[in-house]
Amino acid sequence: MIALSDVHKTFGSNAVLKGVNLTIESGTSMVIIGGSGTGKSVLLKSVLGLVHPDSGLITLDGKDVTKGDRDAFLARFGMLFQGGALFDSLTVWQNVAFRLLRGSLKRPKSEAREIAIEKLRRVGLKPDVADRFPAELSGGMQKRVGLARAIAAEPEIIFFDEPTTGLDPIMSGVINDLIREIVVEMGATAMTITHDMTSVRAIADHVAMLHGGVIQWTGPVKDMDQSGDPYLDQFIAGRAEGPIEAVR
Amino acid sequence: MILLSPLGALGRTSLGFLASIGRVALFALATLRHMVSPPFYGREFAVALLNIGWLSLPVVGLTAIFTGAALALQIYAGGARFNAEAVVPQIVAIGMVRELGPVLVGLMIAARVTSSIAAEIATMKVTEQIDALVTLSTNPMKYLTAPRVLAALLVVPCLVGVGDIIGIFGGYAVATGSLGFNAAAYIKNTVDFLEPLDIISSLVKGCVFGGIAALMGCYYGMNSGRGAQGVGRATKGSVEAAAVLILAANFLLTGIFFSL
Repeated sequence: MIALSDVHKTFGSNAVLKGVNLTIESGTSMVIIGGSGTGKSVLLKSVLGLVHPDSGLITLDGKDVTKGDRDAFLARFGMLFQGGALFDSLTVWQNVAFRLLRGSLKRPKSEAREIAIEKLRRVGLKPDVADRFPAELSGGMQKRVGLARAIAAEPEIIFFDEPTTGLDPIMSGVINDLIREIVVEMGATAMTITHDMTSVRAIADHVAMLHGGVIQWTGPVKDMDQSGDPYLDQFIAGRAEGPIEAVR
Repeated sequence: MILLSPLGALGRTSLGFLASIGRVALFALATLRHMVSPPFYGREFAVALLNIGWLSLPVVGLTAIFTGAALALQIYAGGARFNAEAVVPQIVAIGMVRELGPVLVGLMIAARVTSSIAAEIATMKVTEQIDALVTLSTNPMKYLTAPRVLAALLVVPCLVGVGDIIGIFGGYAVATGSLGFNAAAYIKNTVDFLEPLDIISSLVKGCVFGGIAALMGCYYGMNSGRGAQGVGRATKGSVEAAAVLILAANFLLTGIFFSL
């Protein structure tokens, strides 16, 4: 279980997180929604230790994430970055098997390549993609490779940062379905940030809306449309009129 | 208040400058620590050796040969004013080995390698590849910085040695081809005149300049701002800092070697 308690983060004079409280149960899929610049990525990166909160506590299974063996902590996570964040200088299979080629999870090269090709197949890519470089792939293929890399070491927890941004509706649907299938299949805990409502309905068990530096609303995805929260209603409907200022 | 405003600005600038020196020093110490502690990334080190060393040979060779050739012409013309044309081999040798070889190689490495490292790492930062490394349990300092700096420390002295030889050959070619020097006498005068300390100082300078060049590329890359502008600023800043630091280090090292 991941728990965030009164997490604050300020950049210069801009207070992004103003006391976030959120719990993500093990084996569930939590989707965090919110407008651009509301701190969704900061929240996600705070859990991983890529951003250090000014105050507050983040725990994983009751243990403070800032304490203990960092490598062991990170080995439990996989992450799909918004732009894929694939390493340009490595081939696709080397990207996917990055974790399996070095460090505590190191395997023989041939075994790591086999696993990489299997994961590529799992996300719908043919084995002939394995020896290409990321720059030779389309945006959708890069996202799939990023997804394959995120699941290569079979992590317990997977983070998805804007998984469908920049993709056409069909490819977005494919990625959403893949994420849902993989999370269910692996029994992983998932935390996704997005402002794509189609993704929310496809991926989420629970939804949390981040607005004004705090969690404005949280609950099961089935309750989202009847929440009665004016902020959430405006966001779901995509209206310019409402409590959320359209010009920020 | 009007009088205090410029003083305040001066103070802020001074503090900012000192803080940046501190940050670079801490970055250098962290790099050293990562260079000597496992895990070691052999593939990254080999790629850095290739990029910094082998692929820099053409630009280093061309720079050295033209500099050596021009130096021979200048010394011949200058020496003729007081009937000292015969010193061309000695002055070309000492000029190339003690000063021009290491400095020019250092500056060419700053232009070619520092800019490349800074742009590559800054782009990795902008596209979240550095964050991806962290999430894949890989320390970016250990994976990106340590192999590049170590490779530069080892390979730039070799480049300087090659540059020295090619520069002396440039002077030899001009002196024997168009200034009427005897080939065998030119080589003998060059070899006889150079002392071991000249060569040692050249290689030590190469090592220091290589370290500075790679370190500045990594430092500015790792600390770049967002977007294309951030990458551009990081690249420009890294080359400026590397070039200035190489020239300053050259002055200090020359002073030290003169005092030996």
